[in-house]
Parts: sequence; structure tokens; C-alpha cells
Amino acid sequence: MTILIKLLWIAVAIAVALAAGWLFRTAAIAVSRGGLRKALRTAPLTAAFGMLVILLYILVAIFAPVIAPFAEREVVGGQFLPWEAPYILGTDNLGRDMFTRLIYGARNTVGIAFMTTALAFAIGSILGLLAATVGGWMDQFLSRVVDILMAIPSLIFSLLLLTIFGTSVVTLILVIATIDSTRVFRLARSVAQDIVVMDYIEAAKLRGEGLWRLITREILPNAMAPLVAEFGLRFCFVFLMISALSFLGVGVQPPTADWGSMVRENAALITFGDVTPLLPAGAIALLTVAVNFVVDWMLHRASGLKE
Amino acid sequence: MKDTTNKPVLLTMRNIEIEGRSDETWSPIIKGVDLTLNKGEVLGLIGESGAGKSTLGLAAMGFTRDGCRISGGTIDFDGIDLMKASEATRRGLRGKRIAYVAQSAAASFNPAHKLIDQYSEAPVQHGVMGRAEAESDAVELYRRMQLPNPDEIGFRYPHQVSGGQLQRAMTAMAMACRPDLIIFDEPTTALDVTTQIEVLAAIRDIVAQFDTAAIYITHDLAVVAQMADKIKVLLRGDEVEEADTRTMLASPKQDYTKTLWAVRSHARATQPPVEKGTVPVVSVKAVTAGYGPIDILKNINFDIHKRRTVAVVGESGSGKSTAARVITGLLPPRQGQVLFDGKPLPPDYRQRSRDQLRQAQMIYQMADTALNPKLRLRELIGRPAQMYLGLQGKALTDRIRDLLNLIELDPDKFIDRLPSELSGGQKQRVGIARALAAEPKFIICDEVTSALDQLVAEGILKLLDRLQTEFDLAYMFITHDLATVRAIADEVVVMQNGRVVEQGPKDEMFQPPHDPYTELLLSSVPEMDPDWLTKLLKERAEKAS
Repeated sequence: MTILIKLLWIAVAIAVALAAGWLFRTAAIAVSRGGLRKALRTAPLTAAFGMLVILLYILVAIFAPVIAPFAEREVVGGQFLPWEAPYILGTDNLGRDMFTRLIYGARNTVGIAFMTTALAFAIGSILGLLAATVGGWMDQFLSRVVDILMAIPSLIFSLLLLTIFGTSVVTLILVIATIDSTRVFRLARSVAQDIVVMDYIEAAKLRGEGLWRLITREILPNAMAPLVAEFGLRFCFVFLMISALSFLGVGVQPPTADWGSMVRENAALITFGDVTPLLPAGAIALLTVAVNFVVDWMLHRASGLKE
Repeated sequence: MKDTTNKPVLLTMRNIEIEGRSDETWSPIIKGVDLTLNKGEVLGLIGESGAGKSTLGLAAMGFTRDGCRISGGTIDFDGIDLMKASEATRRGLRGKRIAYVAQSAAASFNPAHKLIDQYSEAPVQHGVMGRAEAESDAVELYRRMQLPNPDEIGFRYPHQVSGGQLQRAMTAMAMACRPDLIIFDEPTTALDVTTQIEVLAAIRDIVAQFDTAAIYITHDLAVVAQMADKIKVLLRGDEVEEADTRTMLASPKQDYTKTLWAVRSHARATQPPVEKGTVPVVSVKAVTAGYGPIDILKNINFDIHKRRTVAVVGESGSGKSTAARVITGLLPPRQGQVLFDGKPLPPDYRQRSRDQLRQAQMIYQMADTALNPKLRLRELIGRPAQMYLGLQGKALTDRIRDLLNLIELDPDKFIDRLPSELSGGQKQRVGIARALAAEPKFIICDEVTSALDQLVAEGILKLLDRLQTEFDLAYMFITHDLATVRAIADEVVVMQNGRVVEQGPKDEMFQPPHDPYTELLLSSVPEMDPDWLTKLLKERAEKAS
């Protein structure tokens, strides 16, 4: 019986999610125009739900001080208080409000992950396109450096680097961006290799175009679709990586609120059958799923597949 | 031609309507076409691209491509209603009683399996023959298709066999279950004229031997004249007319059909000979070039003068395109040099000045890959003008509009379009405009019309002709199509295996005596006469014996 009720709840949750996606899509179509409107019309409900969730996370991250009932680092009561007003989701191991920390965690974790991914893409795609366009020794040199970096398991490598350089937010971003840019490099290079053999690139070279213009105007626009799709996926990986590093204690440092470290700090509660420590993990899971829904849709559009 | 009018009916398609899906709506591709085919009869389906030839041909198997559907009409194949039949029934027919031969055999064979394994697949699957029986049958059919080494050729992989042989192997494969109907979808379009002959002859013989009915889809009228008992002309999904081959060729009724027939008559007027002592725009002097250790070009010499068109002719692999790459500087020659206005050009394009690059422009065969799909016409055409001539702002926009007018595209409508919003012919025109924007003296046209339908190609040739007189251009025209040569060239250079075998003014080239290779090339161009292939094969057989 309990299983049936649980299944029912899952069904209800999916129905609510799809309904929210549908409402969001209808609203988005109403306010948008032109090409965006046309694209939104073809969006499946999963993608609409994904976009809604991402939008909510962004809003929460931006307006964190307004929404949160307490300050990020404020000790407001006893340790591990249950879910009762005014502490909607109880308090953590130091007596800080869990709900407040979750909201600030969105700001820190998502913000850092976004900056890291953006940096990884800036480095990886520029070098990747350069390697494919120039070819020869440049390609050999960059590719071999990337091979060496990729040969070391990324988690262990980042642990090593963070131990050497210390654990500030800036080093965290730089280290993960460098490691992840190797994956972006490989993708950008292979996509661009297919493009540089096209006649229009030959025509541009014969016209006497410089390297910068060749990359930015002729190659990049044609490589954009797979790169954008990869951006979504890569964002999830970076996100999980930061949370994992925080959980291990070398990521975002306390008392800054961060979903990964929040799980670790409150892990003791799991023994008592309390779900509270899993809430940050749930927040990570939800965002990961949402981003992937949107990425799936983008990939589908980019590859020109029909349903 | 054989008389098939009294034979029993094999395939009847009545009032067929097919729709294709684009942007959420269904738009018609075939608008109510009837088709009747008797046993052993060959029907030629002709029309320009987008006319619905292939769609109709596939519908004869009860099949549509993804994103298409048959929305009306009936298809009756030998008493079986293909519209109502289950997918399993239809699948049982395909490969066994109805077979399909695709345009590109190279792309249709699975490169990972040997030819004979792919041959055996259909008969074994359908339970017609056992594996060993299928293999000995394959050898028999390879022999009948006049493939060299029929005993061994089946044990090769597709990449180890030439294009013409592959196309014949594919036809043999379609024959494996001795089907009642074969659909040929442009089987020789991708082949050189000299290879085309062999494939055409082989297909015609085998179809006659087994009394197989066939639907032969092509855009080449001269080819269909050799192959078909009757011809059906399609235009934008509608039937224009149908008649038996001789009647159709002798007296087409509809205006559209007459324009198709007339296309081949365009010819450029003979130009006065170039005065002695004038400096040619481009002069290729004793050029030897190649990739790696192999020489592809061997001691090539030719000149191209102002206002003149030199056609470079030869089959694929003869070095035509390599010659163009040497002139543009993409492939620095091993020996010899290229002179421009009497002065030597640096061998590598990276060492050439911007002005030297501007003077020589290129128009590509595939406009699809030659235009950046993400740039609008404004930038595609405007970029050379901006780069070489320093035009900015309004002056640049005016220049782009002038160029669009020159290529007969309305600037207001087209200036902000993307290449994907153009038809094939329009794309090629944009390629021409981009070359003109640099205000060059010399343009290389690399097979510019071979991807286009005859009517559209005709328009492009006329445009190029007009622009030449208007801007005093010199053209180098790379082609394998002798009809194009006749239409546009002043001088002809015939190439084979990287050597120039013959060169001279066009009129001389089309008069005997010829070099043997030129002779072979000239005689291989299909003619509209339905008896042409039969006569030619007989002549060649007599010569050989």
C-alpha cells in the first residue's frame, strides 16, 4: 500500500512539473517574439520545465538577501532544530537556518560553477579553433599538452593542485576551468576540423583573411551549436565537481554556504533518518536534470532531427 | 526498343498525392499523378530537381522518405494494394520483387562488408536462395554485367572497386532476387561520360534479359532516350506529359517539354583569334605539381587571354582541379610557374599581395559548401568589396545592391537572406557576385553548373557570358560536360592523367582528326537519338575486332 501511495506521489510530482512547464511555455510564447517565439513553440514540455527551473535558480541567486529570512552566517538557534517556524527547514550543525543557507548556496555554488564553465569555454574553444585552423606544429603542441593534462584523473589532479595553491574561490575557479578546458578543446578542435575543409574557408583564405577573422566570423558561427550544447553538459559536470570538492573539504570554504559542504556538515543527521542533509543534494540534482532537459532540446534542434 | 504495350500490367498508381512536412505544416510534393507500368517495360521519369521524381519513384515501393506521407491515391503492384498492405507485406516485397538502385553506389554500399556478402543478404533474407547458391549466382550476374574478374570481384570491399564498377555491382545486387520491378534513381549522374556508357549498356542489357520492368529516374534527356520505352515529364509535382520515347523526342506537345529539349542548342559565337603578341592574363608555364611523392600534373602549358574562356576538360582524376589549385596558389608547383599579366606570381597564396589575390577569383562547384551558411548575403558579397576596395557604410551597401542587380536578384528581397533561404541556382549566382565584388580580371569556374538542372545551368552560363563582355573577364572553365564546353568556350584544353593531350580553338576541337582520348570523350557524350547507344556500341565492337 505504501508503495502505491509513493508511486502516486511521484506521478503527481511529474504531472505538476509538466503542468508548470506548460504554463511557463505558454507565458514565454506570449511575451517573446520573432525567432525565439518560433523556437519556443517547438520546445517539448521537459525543456520548458528545465528552463523554468533554471530561471527560478537564477532569480533565487540574484535576490538571495531579499528572500532569505536570516543572514547567511547568522547562528539563530540550537543545533539540528526540526522543521518548525520560523526555521522552515530546521537548523544545521551550528544552529544556522537551513533554508537561508540553501538560498545563499544557490548564489555561491551556481555562480562559481557558471564562472568556471565560462572560463573553461573561453580557453578551450579559442585554443581548439586555433589548433584546427593553423594545424601543423601548433596543433601538435596544443593537442599533446592537452593529452598530458587529460591523462591524470581530474578529481585527483584538482585535489593536488588545490592543495598546492590553497583553497580560495579564485584558485578553485582557475584550477577547475583549466582542467575542464581540455575537454572543451577536444570538442572545439574536432568540430572545427570538419569546418576548415569546407570551400568557404578556402575562399576566405584565398581572399587573404587574417587568422582572427577566419576564426571569429567564418568558423565560430558554424561551430556554435555543438559548443552551446556542450556548455550545458559541462556546466553540470563543473557543478558536481565543485560540490564534490566542497564535500571533501577543499572546495568552497566555511562559513560560506555551499551545497556540497552543506551535505557534509549535516551528514550526521542521515543516521537518524532525517532528509534535511539531502535537500542540498536534491537542489543539485534538480538543476542538473533541468539543464540536461534544455541541452537535449538544443542538441535536437542543432542536429536538425525531426521527432 | 521492344514492344511492351500488349503485356500484362504490373504497376498501377492512381491519383497519387504525397506531402512533405516543413515548419509544422504539410505541403504537397506530388499533386495527383497517375502511372502505369507493364511487365518488362522501362519508364523514364524526367524533370528538374524538386520536381518530385525520386519521391514518386520511391512511392512505387510504397515507401516515403522521413517527413513525407502518401496522402491520397492507390498503388496496385501485381494485385497487391500497397497502400493497404501491412508494413510486413511491403517489407517482404522490397528487395525481392521490387528493388532500388541509388544514385551514389559509393554511399549506398556498406564499406565494412565485401560486395558478395551484401549481394547475398537479400536472397538469403527472403529465403529465395541459400548462401552458397547466392554466391555462385552473384558471380554469374557479375559476368553478365561485364565486370572484370567476375569470379573475384565480389570478394573485394567497396573502396577497392571503381565508381562505375560499383554502380554495376549495385545493379547486379538489385537483380539478385530477379525482381519484377527495379527503380533506378539517377544511377549514372555521379559518373564520368566514358564510364557512364558502360553502366548504361550493362543496365539496359540485363533489364532486357530478365524482362524486368524499370522506372528510370534522371534529369538527363539524352540518357533517358537510350534507356526508356516511354517517358513521363514531371514539373513541380505535376505530370506535364507522357508518351513513348520516339514520339516524345520527335514531337513534344507541351511548352515546358519543348524548353527542356531546346536547352542544348545554346552556343557561344566564335570569337576572332587573339592578336599575336598580346600578353595573356594568365599563363601556365611548364607546371609540374602533386601531393606527396606523386605528380598529378606533368608539364602543363596553357594561356588564358582577356575576354576569352578556356575550357579544361577531362574525367575525374585527370588533374583539372589540381591545375586550378596551382593557379590560385593553394598548391605550389614543384616545377614551372604561373604568370599573371606577364609577371610571375609567388607560388604560395600566402606570399601573394592583396592585389594579386583580388585579381584572380574562384567560383566553386558546390555553392552549398562555398558560401558560409551563417552569413547573410550582405556580408558574403560585401566582404570582398570592403576588404579590397575599402568601401564602407552607404557606398558598400550601394555596391552590394549593384552586384545583386547584376546577378538578377532583387536587392530589397535578398540582401539580408541566409544561403539556406536560396535555391541552388540562386546560391550559384551569389557565388558569382562574390567573385565579381573583388573586381577581378580572371575567374576560375570549377564545374559551376554540374550540380544544377539544365534550365538553371543555362541561366548561369548566359549570365557568365554577359558578365564577361561587360567586365572584360578571362575565364578558366573546368568541366567534364562537353555540352557546356560547346556553350561557353573559346578554347579547349583536354587533359588525361595529368597531361594535356590536345588543346586549341573550340571549332577545331569538335572537328576530326582527334587524339584518341578526345575521340573517346567526344563520342561518349549521349545524344538525343534513341539509337545512339546501340550504334555506338556496335561501332566500338567493330573497331575492336
